[in-house]
Amino acid sequence: MQIQLNGEAHPLDSSISLAELVERLGLTGKRLAVELNLEIVPRSQYADTRLNDGDRVEIVHAIGGG
Amino acid sequence: MTNMQQDALEIAGVRYRSRLLVGTGKYKDMDETRDAIEASGAEIVTVAVRRTNIGQNPGEANLLDVIPPDRYTILPNTAGCFTAEDAVRTCRLARELLDGRNLVKLEVLADQKTLFPNVVETIKAAEVLVKDGFDVMVYTSDDPIIARQLAEIGCVAVMPLAGLIGSGLGICNPYNLRIILEEATVPILVDAGVGTASDATIAMELGCAGVLMNTAIAGAQKPVLMAEAMKHAVLAGRGAYLAGRMPRRLYAAASSPWEGTFVGNE
Repeated sequence: MQIQLNGEAHPLDSSISLAELVERLGLTGKRLAVELNLEIVPRSQYADTRLNDGDRVEIVHAIGGG
Repeated sequence: MTNMQQDALEIAGVRYRSRLLVGTGKYKDMDETRDAIEASGAEIVTVAVRRTNIGQNPGEANLLDVIPPDRYTILPNTAGCFTAEDAVRTCRLARELLDGRNLVKLEVLADQKTLFPNVVETIKAAEVLVKDGFDVMVYTSDDPIIARQLAEIGCVAVMPLAGLIGSGLGICNPYNLRIILEEATVPILVDAGVGTASDATIAMELGCAGVLMNTAIAGAQKPVLMAEAMKHAVLAGRGAYLAGRMPRRLYAAASSPWEGTFVGNE
């Protein structure tokens, strides 16, 4: 299966949770926000949110800006 | 108000001592960012929301470690958004990013060359965000009618440009700002255009509640020194506004009395 992660194709060998994805990306504990198919996923729901083929995931953080 | 010590800027029910708001873009590195923000004395600091780089720079310092949200009021912006829909989406992500904090800087741009606000989309986004419980500080043009409408919608602060973003051209149309200020029902802050300390002072002397700037500090030869200069400039302008300037007159008025002059009397 494959998801769209921050606009790029991201293959996954099986359906995993959002928490697992965040962990695999080395982002656990980082201050970020996640959108799944244009809906915000609260941090508390990462573990219970399963990713499906074709899902569009955006992971954002704060950077310098005016 | 006769005492600068008691002077405070109130935004969405929170009182701030500093009337200088600063951005975090365009700095050389995180150290310079932190030092400049510190030197500015700013309490409200803007950030942008962007995609996390997947698999790159894993050890990279996070901006919010350098500008911690427990010490600063983080003001996420919607820079880069050209539609109301994108701006609303960005604000919702920002709220999640900042543990439910509702304060946002709304800016919906019209084109990349001028970065002028698209006021039609800005108004649409402001309506949605206010209904959704956000405290909206809104970047807009210096059109007094649009400024009034944004205040009526329920924005907590209206922030007209003094010049184009990043232009450093200063207070290009003080007369429009004066009209906006004259009928202000919410704090009016100059956002964009300031190039040097005197520009910030002029904005404050006009009666603005505050000034938001980024490039004027980050783009200076010595950003940390400029940050400190801006702190003083905003304080000086605020003080002069509260004090009330003397009237202008065409001819001289001697400061030393003529009475008792002992020369030229014979």
